[in-house]
Amino acid sequence: MTAVEEVPVSAAGNPIGFGNMRRVEDARFIRGQGNYVDDVTLPGMLHSAILRSPYAHARIKSIDASAAEALPGVHAVITGKILEGIPRPDLLGNNFAWMPTLSYDTQAVLATDKVRFQGQEVAFVIADSHYIAKDALELIDVDYEPLTPVMDAKRALDPDAPVIRDDKGFTNNLIVDALGKTEFESGNKEETRAAIAAAQADPNCVVVTQEIMYPRVHPAPLETCGAVSYLDKVTGQLTMYTTSQAPHAHRTVYAMVSGLPEHKIRIISPDIGGGFGNKVGVYPGYVLSIVGSIVTGKPVKWMEDRSENLMSTSFARDYHMTATIAATKEGKILAVEVDVLADHGAFNGVAQPTKYPAGFFHIFSGSYDYPNAYCKVKAVYTNKAPGGVAYACSFRITEAAYVIERVVDCLAQEINMDPADLRLKNLLRPEQFPYKSPTGWEYDSGEYEKTMRVAMDMAGYDELRREQAEKRERGEYMGIGISFFTEGVGAGPRKDMDILGLGMADGIELRVHPTGKAQLRLSVQSQGQGHETTYAQIVAHELGIPPEDIEVIHGDTDNTPFGLGTYGSRSTPVSGAAAAIVSRKVRDRAKIVAAAALECSPDDLEWTLGRWSVKGDPERGKTISEIALLSHSSLELPEGVEGHLDATAVYNPPSLTYPYGCYICVVDVDPGTGQVKVRRFIAVDDCGTRINPMIVEGQVHGGLADGIGMALMELIAFDKDGNNLGGSFMDYLLPTSVECPNWETGETVTPSPHHPIGAKGVGESATVGSPAAIVNAVIDAISPFGVRHADMPLTPANVWRAIQGNPIRVDMAVE
Amino acid sequence: MEVSMTINGNEITKDVEPRTLLVHFIREDAGLRGTHWGCDTSNCGTCVLWVDGEPVKSCTMLAAQAAGHQVTTIEGIEKGGELDPVQKGFVECHGLQCGFCTPGMIMTARWFLDNNPKPSELEIREAISGQICRCTGYKNIVKAIQWAAENPATNEVTA
Amino acid sequence: MQTPAAVDYVRATSVAHALSLLAQHGEESRLLAGGHSLLPMMKLRLARPEVLIDLQAVAELRGIKIEGDEIVVGAMVTHAEVMNSPILTEHYAIFREAEKVIADPIVRNKGTVGGSMCQADPSEDLSAVGSALKGSVVIQNASGMRTVPIREFHEGPYETKVLDGEILTEVRFPIRPSSGSAYEKVERRVGDWPVASVGTFVTVKGGVVSDCGIGLTAVGAEHFCSPQAEAFLVGKAPTAENIAAAAEIAAAGCNPSSDQRGPADYKKHLAKELTVRALTRSVAASQGD
Repeated sequence: MTAVEEVPVSAAGNPIGFGNMRRVEDARFIRGQGNYVDDVTLPGMLHSAILRSPYAHARIKSIDASAAEALPGVHAVITGKILEGIPRPDLLGNNFAWMPTLSYDTQAVLATDKVRFQGQEVAFVIADSHYIAKDALELIDVDYEPLTPVMDAKRALDPDAPVIRDDKGFTNNLIVDALGKTEFESGNKEETRAAIAAAQADPNCVVVTQEIMYPRVHPAPLETCGAVSYLDKVTGQLTMYTTSQAPHAHRTVYAMVSGLPEHKIRIISPDIGGGFGNKVGVYPGYVLSIVGSIVTGKPVKWMEDRSENLMSTSFARDYHMTATIAATKEGKILAVEVDVLADHGAFNGVAQPTKYPAGFFHIFSGSYDYPNAYCKVKAVYTNKAPGGVAYACSFRITEAAYVIERVVDCLAQEINMDPADLRLKNLLRPEQFPYKSPTGWEYDSGEYEKTMRVAMDMAGYDELRREQAEKRERGEYMGIGISFFTEGVGAGPRKDMDILGLGMADGIELRVHPTGKAQLRLSVQSQGQGHETTYAQIVAHELGIPPEDIEVIHGDTDNTPFGLGTYGSRSTPVSGAAAAIVSRKVRDRAKIVAAAALECSPDDLEWTLGRWSVKGDPERGKTISEIALLSHSSLELPEGVEGHLDATAVYNPPSLTYPYGCYICVVDVDPGTGQVKVRRFIAVDDCGTRINPMIVEGQVHGGLADGIGMALMELIAFDKDGNNLGGSFMDYLLPTSVECPNWETGETVTPSPHHPIGAKGVGESATVGSPAAIVNAVIDAISPFGVRHADMPLTPANVWRAIQGNPIRVDMAVE
Repeated sequence: MEVSMTINGNEITKDVEPRTLLVHFIREDAGLRGTHWGCDTSNCGTCVLWVDGEPVKSCTMLAAQAAGHQVTTIEGIEKGGELDPVQKGFVECHGLQCGFCTPGMIMTARWFLDNNPKPSELEIREAISGQICRCTGYKNIVKAIQWAAENPATNEVTA
Repeated sequence: MQTPAAVDYVRATSVAHALSLLAQHGEESRLLAGGHSLLPMMKLRLARPEVLIDLQAVAELRGIKIEGDEIVVGAMVTHAEVMNSPILTEHYAIFREAEKVIADPIVRNKGTVGGSMCQADPSEDLSAVGSALKGSVVIQNASGMRTVPIREFHEGPYETKVLDGEILTEVRFPIRPSSGSAYEKVERRVGDWPVASVGTFVTVKGGVVSDCGIGLTAVGAEHFCSPQAEAFLVGKAPTAENIAAAAEIAAAGCNPSSDQRGPADYKKHLAKELTVRALTRSVAASQGD
């Protein structure tokens, strides 16, 4: 890893390699010249709107769209019945009314027999303007026969619970996953249960069991989802501008869904206003925009409202967890078991690699050294929107990191041990890496105690505990919460990880032009992560070309190689590695060209940044820029060596990478009102090599704000009638500049041994690690009142009720 | 109805329905796409622009209400090819990631600094508290605004 | 984004003009003030007026001034103007304290006092302020004008004494030298409606409370106030015990509903807790005169 001071600076003032570099992207955004999907206008373009169900569960008896069709400016109204009538000779369903999900279930594009969640798509209007389309929605008459909805996941398997997926012939609401199972298990079950039983019987041990919920939340990027689709009837080409974090994967899915040939489908993700996992899935609205273009012969734009985004697109979490931890009274952890009831909504749309129906949840054993861990995860249908894997979860690692860090704090409280001491006593040690966890993960590298001590020093931990003790004497309540997390990102090796059969390896292309400037074509897709800057820096690091001379191209499937896109913090671990590998291929080719030009053997050459020169005779050499021209020139090249200076690569990662961190949160709680003020938040991250520290910190800041949101205010709850209680930004509250403190960030650097530049990825670390730190801090603050746990979000009401010993059940309406 | 207003110094007249929201008039009828929208309930702030020099959430205003007034959008902040110090500050301090909240943040920040040239950190946080960012966690937005307050003159920043 | 149903738009140039437009267009017309209550409802299609009568050009409805022993606030005065008004700040701290926690800085540039009062949301902070200060509103119609005490202004959630064809033109607050006032609000997040809010003023003479006002919002207090708690406190020393007892009475008179902001028992607790805090600070502020 190159230290920042050693990196040379280009003419434009940018580091030729790793270091702080101002972002290339900024130029257009600060001027309001970004190009987001709603900015796209094509000639003759029509607009659309979706009619959505007010009921969570109801039979559709009839739909009369005649008044809507007659409204001037309306071109067509599509219903489920019409879609059913369009046959489709493809693999994943037999008509257009249903489409596959990323978990091998089916989801209605437009409801046919029943509606199964409030907000489900029922009809699609195409009109001259968005305003007319909305007017037309009010003229569609739907006759619903309301049915009893299933809103409480804990009651979904009751014998008398209404069956939601009668369309599949199911007789209950238990989900059968992509592997044909109704339960996902991981770990050493027998040994874990034996260890827990032994601890129960042992007076020198304790066993703590705690129900811990991670409630339903939503990624809520500031730009909602949408698409502009145009199927050109003459050429047969479908062009889609769409909010997609994975354009190539979407292209393949649309080929499978529409029957259109894949080489005639072009997906363009222009600028995306935030993804956070919300823009991974394929939504009915996207499919309907394609159908709309087929029906009208014109481009059709669909952009959803915020309420549609919150009520129908992929939610996140909704895990009811019961965690049991066994330990000695001196704080040595012996075993952890977690049982999970997962609420997937009305269609099983969780987005994760095929072989992992619970995502990577089984990394819940965490950052600690103990041999016994076991989890089982069961999933149910409810009358809520589909989704589950989203909002920077790293495939359920948010749930895993939260449960272990919360239950470790419960243990600390039980044995009256400082939570920092408890963690230090159990953290994995550097010599244990690579570490194989009881649930089969191989953590690549880490110096856990070192990172934790940096965080504790930055926080002034001992001083904080002294302050807390003094304040308690005066009846003031402050809390200190720690979260130490390990996550596994960079999915992943294709033999283990595929999405709908597409292996998770990434392609990449690098071309160096005759005048020495370069273009790098990526398969990953920035939604704000700064790829146009950081990937140029990777190539600059490898080849010595100034980053301002490297253009990074992404987002258009016609102009970029195949890959699985950006989510799960996979870009740096996979495509970042690919960028290094493809640059090295170019460097190797450049060596041969240089040797030919210098009339020596390639073995006589050595590399310094940007230049091949003769060993022992450094005056004789060629810069990469000179080599670029030479490789395009009339220079004769050795037999079998191709000219130009281009390379492609497909990087299949050998394993995941394991970024980790230690976070410490300080809160002040007002017990009279339950209000929580986050006074300080210290975040020390280790993501291996830091390509652009400024961007790494920005990623961390954003994830920490997510933690504030989820820990204190974000929630999608439902009432028993099926009403979504988090369907607007008045109800689904997001943190502002006032709730977020001035983040204090630090770092340690433990490179990944298997990654070409030692980088691990960091995009989701802070979202994964922060909620537990805040919740732990609040519970720590109010523990003198006898509180061991209360579920997020810790709103003032929830905190006050916890203090009274009567915590609120968060997933249902407050009573 | 005919709606006329001045946008970034240019007079524009369009025949639109009275119910046309100002944000749509700006984006569709005036063709200025730098002003965004992101919610239904006046919470997100991506639509902030100035009417008569004062920030307004343009999704909660009819174009008809802005008729006869001076509207300034993000496209009007750069003057003669020279970026405003607030714009420079956002680049300098990594105050943006996806860019979607950025025009609204810049509009509010510029107005705020015009009225409070030496603000405290708390005052800055309160000034932007009606607008959401999902990417930055706000710290660098605050730093960007502080940078602009400290660097009101032209600086060498390329963006 | 959600969009309003079709509507017509006219701009009034004076109060008289606005009244004649209301008469002309009838009960399907609505007055448009700041638009930050009405337009969101229209976008959700919960409100569907046929004509909007924009008051932005009616100069008579603007301005804050003193008339005799009252402060007069024009109906079109914005929340931002209230918050920054030297006149209001000089007489009552409660205005700035309340406005700092109403909506957000951008919305406050447009939302108006008249608009908020007439929207009459059961969680409206200005209703608690107005009730606490025992203010009044002036309503004008074609035949003339009348004054209605704020404590008689609300008929129910979103319903006021303003009839079709009428305009609320100003809000008036008595001036009370040497009083102290305060506002306490609990919200889930900045800009949210209150879980509960309490605003109070207190005047202390000769060691006892000579006058006080207790306004509460979002907790189902009738007319956003507690005359019973006020009656208890007047004539008594402003001790912690008496303040607590008054707060107990105020809370007992509340009837909050459970919702996602909080359960009823918590809101009732807040009614008491925030009354204690607001009264305590009001007393401290009054003795500072």
